[in-house]
Parts: sequence; C-alpha cells; structure tokens
Amino acid sequence: MALPKYTEPHYRIWHYIYLTICGAVFFFLIAPLFVIFPLSFNAEEFLSFSDGMKSLDPDAFSLRWYKDMIYGTKNPWGLAAKNSFIIAIFATIGSVLLGTVAALGLSSRHMPYKGLIMAVLISPMIVPLIISGVAIFFFMAKAGLAATHTGIVLAHIILGTPFVVITVTATLSGFDHSVTRAAASLGSDPVNTFMKITLPLILPGVISGGLFAFVTSFDEVVVVLFLAGLENTTIPIQMWTGLREQLSPTILAVATCLIILSTLILVTAELLRRRSERLRGINR
Amino acid sequence: MSSETKQILTTDGIPLEVSLKKAEKKNKIKAFLLVAPLLFFLIITYVFPIGDMLFRSVDDKMVTQMLPKTFKAMENWDGQELPDEEVFAAFHEDFIKLVEDKREGKLSTQLNYTKNGFKSIIKKLRRASKKFEEGNYKEQIMAVHKRWADVEYWRAIQRRAPEFTGQKYLKGMDMYVNEEGKIVSVEEDRRIHRVLWLRTLEIAFFVTVFCFLMAYPIAHLLATLPMKYSNLLMICVLLPFWTSLLVRTASWMILLQQQGIVNDFFVGIGLVADDNRPEMMYNKTGSYVAMTQILLPFMVLPLYSVMKTISPSLMRAGKSLGGTPFVAFWKVYFPLTIPGIGAGCLLVFILAIGYYITPALVGGASGTLISNQIAFHMKSTLDWSFASAMGLMLLSGVLVIYWLYNKIVGIDNIKLG
Repeated sequence: MALPKYTEPHYRIWHYIYLTICGAVFFFLIAPLFVIFPLSFNAEEFLSFSDGMKSLDPDAFSLRWYKDMIYGTKNPWGLAAKNSFIIAIFATIGSVLLGTVAALGLSSRHMPYKGLIMAVLISPMIVPLIISGVAIFFFMAKAGLAATHTGIVLAHIILGTPFVVITVTATLSGFDHSVTRAAASLGSDPVNTFMKITLPLILPGVISGGLFAFVTSFDEVVVVLFLAGLENTTIPIQMWTGLREQLSPTILAVATCLIILSTLILVTAELLRRRSERLRGINR
Repeated sequence: MSSETKQILTTDGIPLEVSLKKAEKKNKIKAFLLVAPLLFFLIITYVFPIGDMLFRSVDDKMVTQMLPKTFKAMENWDGQELPDEEVFAAFHEDFIKLVEDKREGKLSTQLNYTKNGFKSIIKKLRRASKKFEEGNYKEQIMAVHKRWADVEYWRAIQRRAPEFTGQKYLKGMDMYVNEEGKIVSVEEDRRIHRVLWLRTLEIAFFVTVFCFLMAYPIAHLLATLPMKYSNLLMICVLLPFWTSLLVRTASWMILLQQQGIVNDFFVGIGLVADDNRPEMMYNKTGSYVAMTQILLPFMVLPLYSVMKTISPSLMRAGKSLGGTPFVAFWKVYFPLTIPGIGAGCLLVFILAIGYYITPALVGGASGTLISNQIAFHMKSTLDWSFASAMGLMLLSGVLVIYWLYNKIVGIDNIKLG
C-alpha cells in the first residue's frame, strides 16, 4: 500500500508502525508451523536445533524419523492412519448426505420453525466439545457402540453436519429457484431436477462443507478420547498420547505430513470457494 | 373474504384459498421431511443424551437403593440423638446384603462424598460384622468404631435418602449442605472449583482481547490490500485454520520449552541469562500464547468479511470533510466494523471457554481450565454425575453467550472463511 506523496511525516511513521504490527502478527500466525518442518529431519533425538543443523551440515539431517513413522517396530501410526481415514471418510459421507438434504429443506421458504430447527442442527458446533464428548459417550455406552468404529463415525457425523448445513445453506441462499421451476415445467421429476440442475450448482458448497466435515473428523480428539478403545486409535489420539508422554521427533514427522495434507485441503477449499462465487455471480 | 364477493374458484371447482392452503401445507411437509432425518438423528444421539446428563447430574438413587430398609426405618427418627435399635438392625440387614454382593466398597465411596471418614469405618464394620451375634445390633455396631456412635455420621447417612440431589452442582461451586442443612462454602484452601471457573473466564476473556487486538490490524490490511497481495497473505490466516490443532499445539511445545527457540532468542538478545531461562510452558503463559495463536483465525475471518463490505470512499469522504485520518477512522470506519467485532469476539470467547486439548498439553497445573476438570472426572475418578453437573453449568454459560450472539449478530450470519 503506497502512501500518497503529500502524506505528512507523522502519519507516514504511523503507517509504517501499522505495517510492522501486521507483519509481526502474520509472523506469529504462520511461523510456528514452519518450526516443525526442519526439526522433523533432525538426525538426533532432540527437539531443538543442533549445532550441525544451524551450520547446515548435511550429516545433521536425516530421514530416520520418517522411517520410524513408517517401518518402526510396534508402531501405532499405520493402524492410526488407517482408522483415521476410514472414520473420516464414512463420517464425511454421512455428514454430507444428512447435511445437504437438511439444508435443502431449511432453505425452502415453506419451512416451519426455521430458527429453532437451525439452532438444534448447528448446536454441536456451539456446545463446547467436552460437553458433546460427555453426552455422546453416554449415548454410545448405552447403545453398546463405545469402542467401535461405528460409534466414532456416528459421533463425527454429529460434529460434522453443522458445517455442511451452514455451507450448503449459504450456497443455496444465492440460488435462483426459477431454474428448478423451469426444469419442472419442462416435465422433469424432482429427483431428476435435483441431480441434473440443483446439485451441480450447489456442488462447490457441498464439497467445501464435506471438507470441513472431513477435517473435523480427522482432527477430532476430545470425543474420540472418550469413545476409542485400543483398536480404534486414530492419528490425533496417538499424537495426544505422544505429546503427553514424551515428545519424540517421530511426532514431528507425522505433523509435517499433516501440514502437507492441510495445505492440500486449503488449496482445494480456496479453489472451490472461488468457483462457487463465480457460479453465484458474486465475483468482484 | 366477505360472503358478498364472489369466491374465486380453481378449474377443479375448489375455492382458490383452500387450494392454496393445501399446496402450502404440502410444501411445508415436504420441507420438513427433508430436514427430518438429520433432526431426528441429532435429537436421538445428541439432544437426548444432553438431557440424560441433566438426569445423571441430579440422580442420587444409588445409596437410596443400597440402604432401602435403613431409610425406611429412619423415617421416624428426628435426627437429634442416636437412632434406636430399629435403625441399626435395618442398617445391619442392608449392610450384610451389600457385603454378600461385594458392593460395600461402593457404599463407602458414596458416603465418603457426604462426610469424610466413612471409608475406614465401613471396612472395619465389614470385618467385624462376620462375628456379629443376633440381636442388639446398636451395641455391636457402636463397639466397632467410635464414629459409629457419633450422631453426625448417622445424619450424614440420612442426608443420602432422597433419590435426587443438587449437591453435585453445589460441589461444582465449592459449596455443600452442612449438618444443619444450610448451604455453606468449603474452607478457603479447598475451593478448587471456584478458582477454575474464575481462571476459565479470565483466560477466555484475555485470549479474546489479545485475539481482537491482533486480528483487527491484519483484517484491515487484508481488506484494503489489492486482491493479488491479500490472497497471498490470506494463506497465513487460512493455513493455521486448516491445520490440525494437535500439530499447532506441538509446535508451541517445541517453541516454548526451556531449551526452545523462543528462550534461545531471549538469551541471544540478552534479555534473560542462559542459566535463568524462564518457564514459558506448563503454566498460564503457555495457555495464553498457544490459545491466542490457535483462535486468532476465528477472529480474523469475521472481521475481514465485514471490513470487505466497507467502501473505501467513506474514509475518503471523512477525510475530505476535514477529519484527520484518526478521526475518520474512529468516527466512520470503526463503528461500521462493530458487527464483525461482536461476531469474532463471541466466537473466540465461546471456543476458548470450552478449550480442553491445548491447556491440557501446555497449561500445566496453573493453566488448566474447567474442561480439564470435567475430563478428569470422566476418565479418572469416574464421578460421571459430577462431570455432568459441571458440564451443564458450563453449557448454561455458553448458551447465555450464544443467546447474546444471536441477538447481536444472528446465527445465520456465521461465516466460515
């Protein structure tokens, strides 16, 4: 942001102070993530930069923690990753199906008690996770679903649907309903209209809601801590145990992989958001 | 419609009004049917269980069911002096049954909640009861330990007679019902929960303030920069937002440890001595720093989306009418951002007040919050009714805030980046 030439000196100083503050805040936000990356290649078993690393000695870097993550003996990460992906994928499918259908109903102007129902539907997002965890645990224990994949998937559907409901209702708020009426007048039945007209138009919203649901499930630890048995361990649970007991560099290798995954998700989400804005004609 | 005006009929001969109402009703049902699966799913798996928590938090049937005869016999006891033989005999009968089922340990745990000192005397009673002779149980029980001859302990048992109790809620506020049935606070040095509630509020409040102070300038910068720069900077906000909470907490654990980079830096610039590195983790500082960074995107995004809608010409108009940039900012720009401030602050506050993972990892003993206490009772002491009571106390606090949020911003206005 260039200042006009006539700016008075003290405003000029203020402007640079403001830019410095902004720079510091951005640094505070993003820098912690980049500490993990180099340390995960540490050849030693410490979580601080060795002298070799500071002088960029190639011997000070190694892939041993990545090897340990994949091939290590009695290693929990393989099972954890498998569980995490299975649970997150099923939870995402469930959340997207239930959430999208509900959002379609909620966006109808005929919907009775809209405010109240909306409040119930997004309550899992507002209620602190610890309380959701306790409540869901009581339900799953009674239903005999504690320490099962099914139980955890259901729990994550509960936590994931609010995101889908919100993103899809937001997409539908800019939706031109005359296109569905046009389709109906041309003889299309409602299911066909939904599949061929509505769904392609709201798809960006559905997918970005699905991404939220996926990340929520993939990153969720509070509820899983109550529900999971040894068999159902997930990546967040393993990280939680690792961080509590002893910080080993293997965790940093896992964390690096997770950062790469979140970067991919961020890029997808951004592309979808732009596409959705273009489709809805909000592009400025 | 008055009877004189001619009714408008549809082609089927039905009055238009009726036909429209019918169509309207059909549409309502259709819309509701779409919402129904999710609604019922959530009601069964989520709303009812929260109701179940409410029930558990006041449920006190356990002792009532363990000592049915004793409580029946106690109905005629005035509680002034030691109960008579009838109560002792009933208690003995109940107790023998509990010992047979190996449940006397549970009874001692439960009674110990009401009054300390039951654990040992119940153990002694179990051993002695094997040699009890029939009749005159009062003498025999009182001979086991002098506390059995103390009327206070019998009053403590009597207080457990009702099936429902609010004592878990009182315990959550460090209060209890004393011998005279009055609600009093526990001694000063045992008030752990009040300290936790206050600390939770304090940390949530200051984290919100810090987030606001940091988010406002960068949201402003993001909203005023040209698209191609702001998109790049937006990544700095969105990448942490999408990154796993545990990864971000781990990075703070690395940064804040005593041999960590932040301490290295402080030593390097000569702020602290190398042998006197400050403890920045496992205390409140750790909770503050890590929670502020983790919750910052939740403040930036609502602020940004509001600031994006403010036209830059308003500031120019303010300046051209003679205001200095500061006056123009304060009188024109700032009031327009208030909806974003409200949304961001309440969002961050609600999230912070229920935080669990980060304080548990970097907060140590002095930086943990009420959520950690709830988890502790769920997983370690297994006092689920107490965990439920505290959870509901926290929930009611959050609902008040949520209600305010709805009043000020409206729940439909939640934006997710």
